[in-house]
Amino acid sequence: MSNTTNKTAVGNTAMKDRKVKLEIKNMAKKYDNGDGVENINLEIYEGEIVTFLGPSGCGKSTILRTIGGFMDVTSGDILIDGNSIVGLSPENRPTAMVFQSYNLWPHMTIYENLAFGMKLRKIPKKTIDEDIKNMLALVSMSGCEKKYPSQLSGGQQQRIAIARSLLLKPSLLLLDEPFSALDAKIRQQMREELKRIQSELGITVIFVTHDQEEAMAISHRIVVMNKGKFDQIGTPDEIYDKPATLHVASFIGEMNFIDQGNTTIAVRPEDLLLTKEEGDMEGTVETVMLMGHYVLMTAKVGDSIVKCFVNREQGDHLREGMKVNLKIGKHTQFKKSA
Amino acid sequence: MFKMLNPRRFYYAVGRRKFLEFILLAVFILFFYGPLLNMLMLAFANQYEVPNILPTEWGFDWWKYVFGQESLVSSMIQSFIVAIATTVISMIFCIPAAYSIARFKFRGRKIFMLSFLLTNAFPKIGIYTSIAVLFYKYGLMGTYAGVIIIHMINSMMFMVWLPASAFRNVHRQQEEAARDVGAGPIRTFFKVTLPMAMPGIAVATLYTFLGSMEEAQGTMLVGLARIQTMPVAMYGIVLDSSAVQIGAVFAILLIIPSAVLIFLMRKFIGPEAIAGGFKMN
Repeated sequence: MSNTTNKTAVGNTAMKDRKVKLEIKNMAKKYDNGDGVENINLEIYEGEIVTFLGPSGCGKSTILRTIGGFMDVTSGDILIDGNSIVGLSPENRPTAMVFQSYNLWPHMTIYENLAFGMKLRKIPKKTIDEDIKNMLALVSMSGCEKKYPSQLSGGQQQRIAIARSLLLKPSLLLLDEPFSALDAKIRQQMREELKRIQSELGITVIFVTHDQEEAMAISHRIVVMNKGKFDQIGTPDEIYDKPATLHVASFIGEMNFIDQGNTTIAVRPEDLLLTKEEGDMEGTVETVMLMGHYVLMTAKVGDSIVKCFVNREQGDHLREGMKVNLKIGKHTQFKKSA
Repeated sequence: MFKMLNPRRFYYAVGRRKFLEFILLAVFILFFYGPLLNMLMLAFANQYEVPNILPTEWGFDWWKYVFGQESLVSSMIQSFIVAIATTVISMIFCIPAAYSIARFKFRGRKIFMLSFLLTNAFPKIGIYTSIAVLFYKYGLMGTYAGVIIIHMINSMMFMVWLPASAFRNVHRQQEEAARDVGAGPIRTFFKVTLPMAMPGIAVATLYTFLGSMEEAQGTMLVGLARIQTMPVAMYGIVLDSSAVQIGAVFAILLIIPSAVLIFLMRKFIGPEAIAGGFKMN
């Protein structure tokens, strides 16, 4: 199944008929200091990549760790394929987890790292050798069996960690900010690879990140979190185009907030249009910056500054101090909280 | 070439600072290695009279004498028995303690760690005498068990602090990853945590072994001359002082295990390994 069909299909009601892989029911996990998560309800379908996205400390890793078995739940239930897993210790759960860093055991070779879990499952050596060879090819790391983790770069180590998890054929792959310790270019490459591997194997993945760009790029569905609660669950398109709360609107992508009476209008810079005719508001151009294939213009409207993405053709005519008419295109309205 | 040996020339060639450093180093080396060299020389001196600088006759006579004495040979055996037993038993007690200090936050953890320092802060002879009172009561005086307990008191600080720091350096994710792929807590400890902490544990074991090999004060007091380890036997020889050469031969015999062990573990021994052990958090 290609990624595009997958992405569009998830939002449909037809998709709901798909097999539920993971179900979290009314789960709560409270720390001694009162922090934590509560009222967590979520269904994840087979073959989906779902991302928990939110600022650090919002509880996204907490949920992942309760699924992986590294934390007890205070109340509620977690089911995989309809069976409760909350009573099981991590080694008995059908999940596999990749951490941000320090995944590999430095005193073992890559082969030993990969084979460790398989040997525990009493898989015959011939099968282990074969599987490892195929898996290393899948993560583009062929021929590194005899190396030690310290001989690999950070990105390569994460590939090995993902390979180790996949070799155990988990029901659910849990990724806890696996790329956030890598530099930007490698991160982008790893995203694409993960997406390719996931669609090749059709496994279910839960991904945790604080990087909204990463979440948008990788996910079929995104769960935006804030302060221990779910703000919105939806496809990347839904989250971007129809943010459910002000927090989601400001956290994902660039957004202008315009006060109008007792409502706040949230409009993306690309949906704020320059017009020759009379627009919704008038502003004075503050800065004009060429960003490559488009121009970023900021303009002063009343007391606030708005951002606007315009094409090169329009942007070339803009000068600082010019008066411009702006028309609000696609937007979301939020009631001002009293 | 010989011109450079003129001190004046040397002084101006290298500068004042370097010259003073050189002098200091020379004094230092003489101070440290002078007695050692003297001892090496004595061990191979069949005959040595005080006014002479070099022995009048070289040879292995005293080595033959030492190995010919049954009591001296048995002291070597006793030394090894005590040192090996001390090392093994303190590993059994201290490594789990070190692990719990590194991994669990419990009340009184810092006090617990400090308590090992306290035994080293008091004058040893005072501790030994008061322990001797207890040992008489429990019949531990003059027994291997008594001597080993004394040696363990000395080694505990090393055996707890150094492995604790080594365990702290094993990242939690590495343990969790092992659990995640299917290893239980015990297998995780033996296959992942322990091997990764091994360098630190090895250093601590080395110190314990060497410390036990050279301990004399407590062994003499608690062993009641019934347990005669090499250092204790040496005391006797030095006090008799019939021939200094026996002492020299003994000293070299005592150096051999230390030198061999330090050579084998040279990779792990360094200021970092030791400094890392004495962190309190």
